[in-house]
Amino acid sequence: MHTDDTIASISTPSGRGGIGIVRLSGKDAVKIADRLFSSPKNKKLIKIPSHRILYGNIINPSNREVVDEALVSVMKAPNTYTREDIVEINCHGGVVPLKRILELLIKGGARLAEPGEFTKRAFLNGRIDLVQSEAVLDIINSLTEQSRKAALEQLRGGLSGKIESARNKLVDLTAIVETFIDFPEEDIETASQKELEGRAVEIKRQLKELIQNARHGRVLREGLKTAIIGRPNVGKSSLLNALLEQDRVIVTEMPGTTRDVIEEYLDINGFPIRIMDTAGIREAIDIAESEGVARSLRAMKDAGLVLLVLDGSNSLHDTDMELIEKSGSGNSILVLNKSDLPSEIPQGSLPNDRTAVKISALKGRGLDELKDEIVRTSLKEAAGTGDAIATNVRHIKAIERAYHSINSFSKNLKKGISPEFLAVDLRDGLDALGEIIGITTPEEILNKIFSDFCIGK
Amino acid sequence: MKKSLNFDIIVIGGGHAGIEASLASARMGLKAALITMSAQTIGQMSCNPAIGGLAKSHLVKEIDALGGEMAKITDKAGIQFKILNKSKGPAVWATRVQCDRALYRRYALEAVSSQEGLEIIEDTVDEILFNNGRILGIRTPKGEYFSQAVIITTGTFLNGLIHIGLKNYPAGRVGEPPSTGVSQSLLNMGLKIGRLKTGTPPRLNAKDIDLSVMAIQDGEVPPPPISIFTKEITNPQLPCYMTFTNEDTHRIIRENLKNSPLYSGVIKGVGPRYCPSIEDKVVRFKDKERHQVFLEPEGIGVDEYYANGISTSLPEEAQISLVKSIAGLEHAKINKFGYAIEYDFVYPTQLKPSLETKLVEGLFLAGQINGTSGYEEAAAQGLMAGINAGLKIKGEAPTILGRDEAYIGVLIDDLVTKGTEEPYRMFTSRAEYRLLLRQDNADLRLMEKGYNLGLINKDAFDMLLYKKDAVAAEIKRLKSERCKPDSVNPLLRKVGSTEIKEDASLYKLLKRPEVSYSDIIQISPPEKELLPDIINQVEIQTKYKGYIRRQAEHAEKLKKIEMVKIPEGFVYKGIPGLSNEIVGKLEEIRPLNLGQAGRIPGVTPVAVSLLMVAVERQRRYASKEGRDI
Repeated sequence: MHTDDTIASISTPSGRGGIGIVRLSGKDAVKIADRLFSSPKNKKLIKIPSHRILYGNIINPSNREVVDEALVSVMKAPNTYTREDIVEINCHGGVVPLKRILELLIKGGARLAEPGEFTKRAFLNGRIDLVQSEAVLDIINSLTEQSRKAALEQLRGGLSGKIESARNKLVDLTAIVETFIDFPEEDIETASQKELEGRAVEIKRQLKELIQNARHGRVLREGLKTAIIGRPNVGKSSLLNALLEQDRVIVTEMPGTTRDVIEEYLDINGFPIRIMDTAGIREAIDIAESEGVARSLRAMKDAGLVLLVLDGSNSLHDTDMELIEKSGSGNSILVLNKSDLPSEIPQGSLPNDRTAVKISALKGRGLDELKDEIVRTSLKEAAGTGDAIATNVRHIKAIERAYHSINSFSKNLKKGISPEFLAVDLRDGLDALGEIIGITTPEEILNKIFSDFCIGK
Repeated sequence: MKKSLNFDIIVIGGGHAGIEASLASARMGLKAALITMSAQTIGQMSCNPAIGGLAKSHLVKEIDALGGEMAKITDKAGIQFKILNKSKGPAVWATRVQCDRALYRRYALEAVSSQEGLEIIEDTVDEILFNNGRILGIRTPKGEYFSQAVIITTGTFLNGLIHIGLKNYPAGRVGEPPSTGVSQSLLNMGLKIGRLKTGTPPRLNAKDIDLSVMAIQDGEVPPPPISIFTKEITNPQLPCYMTFTNEDTHRIIRENLKNSPLYSGVIKGVGPRYCPSIEDKVVRFKDKERHQVFLEPEGIGVDEYYANGISTSLPEEAQISLVKSIAGLEHAKINKFGYAIEYDFVYPTQLKPSLETKLVEGLFLAGQINGTSGYEEAAAQGLMAGINAGLKIKGEAPTILGRDEAYIGVLIDDLVTKGTEEPYRMFTSRAEYRLLLRQDNADLRLMEKGYNLGLINKDAFDMLLYKKDAVAAEIKRLKSERCKPDSVNPLLRKVGSTEIKEDASLYKLLKRPEVSYSDIIQISPPEKELLPDIINQVEIQTKYKGYIRRQAEHAEKLKKIEMVKIPEGFVYKGIPGLSNEIVGKLEEIRPLNLGQAGRIPGVTPVAVSLLMVAVERQRRYASKEGRDI
């Protein structure tokens, strides 16, 4: 709503792989982007003329670490879409760097754009004329709807409940502090500094946990659930080992569960992948074929991504046909293993005009092609990734702000600062959480006060 | 058919809202009338005999700075002045003044009756006259009066119904008849009316009270005036006393609940939660062993105490035993029984921020009729209704105070934007910019507006300008004067502050919580000694600079969106993305700008964003660009 600040967002990637664009618009766009930009020839974004593209690295300015390589275009007002300075950062390193870049820009002073805000600015700044203006409302509206869905998706899985719980605790604490201020003559037991501090510590603990969990959105956080399926002895286990050898991130043993659900995490071109039931894959060599098929079908149901492994050195079995049939083309990749041996399955002979990626898990051949295909399919699966990232970044920033506010409350409390100043910190915290789950009105605080304390002469 | 006008503005009701409304109207040079059932009840304090308190004294000081009367009358009638929240920072200090009821009425009557251009008429209003959505005047048993504007400030009188036990009877206050005609007129206009409830405690004869067993509560010495124009308080000062209810009191209340109009369902109106009856307190907070009871003097030489804390509508016999169960009141006699009163109010979302009704042009409402409670809230609205009725007649834009400018702004914005379901009382927590809206800077915030409206005289305004300059000059001096470690460290040691190693400005030293202005002038005094008021400002503005700036920046952002005005008669229907529910709310409230739109409950930030585009579209259509297409 404040049309003089600088906004940033991710344009939803449409092409192959992890290519994406981070876009900035506003009076500080060039300055903010320049701080993250490092060119091999030491060129500066602030120095180049309008409508030029520079090649270089996007770095984290606090430690000079390279986040991704990028093409950066600088377009200066007024000949731009929004009639403001615009910077576009084209990078290709996948979802995770994209998100890092957005976070760094926000840290550098940009504000996360509201859905449709670029278009809105284009209109408000006279770039879009009245004839087209009906469409502006539609665009804002539909983008908002997408982003609302992304937000809902993010808040699923108990996240909103956890934020709500932290917020309620914050409302309680605020009510106590506000009671000190507005009702100094009431005969109510005043909370000790220790009690207030205890409450703040608990809220901070919850917020910290939320930040850690929210660091990645559902897909980004947990990784895309991936099943490696196929008949026994087609090379599932070798494929897993080959991928792990190159890209293993962490091996986790979920507490309180059996080895059956041991999972492996992979970071494939910046996209987190979680391989399900790795124990099953490794032990599956000796099991009966029927049992293997049943297990594959079960895994397929749960997965966001399916890698169906076929033995390219053997002709297709009925079981292979059944699995290909049952795995939709949308989220499954056919992997033709054992390309080091003579091929028995020529491309074009697969049912439903499906194509397969040829690899040799044993020799490590074709793995890069497979990884490209995984990212491409995953991005399709996580449609609206730009929205998901933006929502995720918005949430993290909001929760972080809330955390800092409560932290400031704790510090000021220890200094013995008067409650009306403590209330400023608490209110900032509530406002920050309000960006995720709706604002807390003064009325709500008063309701809490009147229900908890006997107030009034 | 044109009838001759009797007045520019007619104010109905002589309570705290009516006093301010009629005075402001007349002081703005308009011909005004104040219609009241009895001139002797002008300025009656129908509830407790005190003005001010948390957030309320802020309102009173704002009224004062805008040229209203409440603070001046309070200072003349005050018999105990207390500063609340003294242990906290100045933003939440408040003044509460116990008043002599009779003196308050006397000085209120004196103010209105001596006001040039204001006529006081003792009469009852039977009907509000209007035609085609425009106000015409009023009809009383004596005849008709015509005017350009009517301001209704009838308090609890609209269809007032007093309850004591299961008995009830129509009344405006104890011993005064209610007003029924006005309510009917409002309904005829199509205004939606609801019902609220409030109550009072018994008033006790002082003769048989044993004050020796109670805690005594004195006011400040010397008493601090609430009006910036008062030099000194001359009334004798009286203490209050405090005692407690006990288990016996609570038992009596519980046993009598079946005869309570509140708990037997006789009372339908919604009561204020911050001012509960003793029945409510005992029922809702079962574990509390005792509740405070404050005995507040009714006046100088008056043998009566107001038993604040035991507001009740129990039957008379129950009130007698309830009172006798309290320590020190064993032999006390009740002069007037406590009661609950139900009354009509107009849902305030039907008002514009100027307090004019949306349905009838020229009709303004102020005070309890808008769902508020409290003398101060009423007076604040009365003042603004008077000002805005006056401006309307003069053909000028209304004065609408922002939420960052005044508690009055918060009050009216809350009422017209969010409405209220219970009697609305001001709390400091309702203000987003609490640290900006202090009682110490009410004059700095508002007096210029009062001057421009013609409600503040030139001398006072010149004094304000002098004060502003003096504060700015002194802060500038403190920033520019640097001192050496040798010269200040002994003093810093003495006040328990860390010593400095390098030169530091006086300003920097004053920012330290433990260093006061009186310490600073020991290091380096200003050329000329400053007035205490100016010193106070210098100290507050320096010490709280960080927080004040933070809130000021926040307020600045709010202002930007408040600048986007929504034209009158703007069509919300058909804007893509706005739900029917949101369209309905916007059509009902008809916000003046995007800021207000965003504060309507249920209107989302996205809706505001869409509105921004839609408003800009309409603007362009209306301008040349639009006509060319």
